[in-house]
Amino acid sequence: MATAAIDTHDTHAGHPPTSTGLNNTKVAIWAFIGSECFFFASLISTYLIYRGRSLVGPFPHEAWTDPATGHVYKAILNIPVTSVSTFVLLMSSLAMVLAHSAVVRGDRKSSKIWLASTALLGATFLAFQAYEFTSFVHEGLTIHTNLFGSSFFILTGFHGAHVTAGVIWLLTLLFIDMKRGLTPDEAINVDVCALYWHFVDVVWIAIFTLVYLIK
Amino acid sequence: MAADHSHSNVSHDSQGDAAAHEHTHPDWGTYKWVALILAAITALEVWIYYIPSFTATKLFVPVLLALSAIKFSIVVMFYMHLKYDAKLFRALFVAPLVLASFIIVGLLFLFGHLKVSF
Repeated sequence: MATAAIDTHDTHAGHPPTSTGLNNTKVAIWAFIGSECFFFASLISTYLIYRGRSLVGPFPHEAWTDPATGHVYKAILNIPVTSVSTFVLLMSSLAMVLAHSAVVRGDRKSSKIWLASTALLGATFLAFQAYEFTSFVHEGLTIHTNLFGSSFFILTGFHGAHVTAGVIWLLTLLFIDMKRGLTPDEAINVDVCALYWHFVDVVWIAIFTLVYLIK
Repeated sequence: MAADHSHSNVSHDSQGDAAAHEHTHPDWGTYKWVALILAAITALEVWIYYIPSFTATKLFVPVLLALSAIKFSIVVMFYMHLKYDAKLFRALFVAPLVLASFIIVGLLFLFGHLKVSF
């Protein structure tokens, strides 16, 4: 029975057998994630190309004195705050895998807790980003100030937009789980959300090193 | 690494074929260790950032990139289950990732951020 050999984890109830033996939704999310690699590569390469080419400050890692006004701008990046937000995003990935695992087991109480935790941690990351952006603007760095400002806000802003989409997706799953419960047969819906969420996490791993830590 | 087989619903008469398709996921213990390792590497990265004598050396950037690559790989392998999942998924992710990395390096060469001396 060749068809019986297809793993139901990838095909799931209500989904017809496919020529690859894999769930089409999961193939689609991986293809989407592959395309997202190019999207973020373009933004990261733009940031790296413009790195160190700003004519005026504020600069990311060193102080700058405005020759016209004599005003001293300190190094703009706040590594301790961003380290905490990075830790929060990493822990959200742990909560996400536990949410998926709970749905697979049919543990409705745990699935709600972990889905809510993931969304909350994602929202906390966004709050850190909002705080960072606001403080940068108050310190004199906007998207128009210099090349660093333009490439920084575009790169981290698009990442933040992805996190926002992920939080909305998580809250939608949480709403469904609370309304009628997510069954193990529907674990694929949580699985694709989890893959997207972890991808957003690995993009931040790259951004944290390339933008914040490398001087 | 331990694996959770609880959601492998393959019939017993097709276990031979199933072995090729079965995609197991890690258990709670593995997830916990992965989270601890990720947190430890992040702490190490930040600690390195605050050592002036190390940031001044040529090792600083390669070490940070290596640590970042390790974190990236761990998340992809264990949290995204690419270590356990079908090869097609691996191809769909790794091929664009490698190509995108080459594009970044190529652009950095083009714009003079990386130089090769002959």
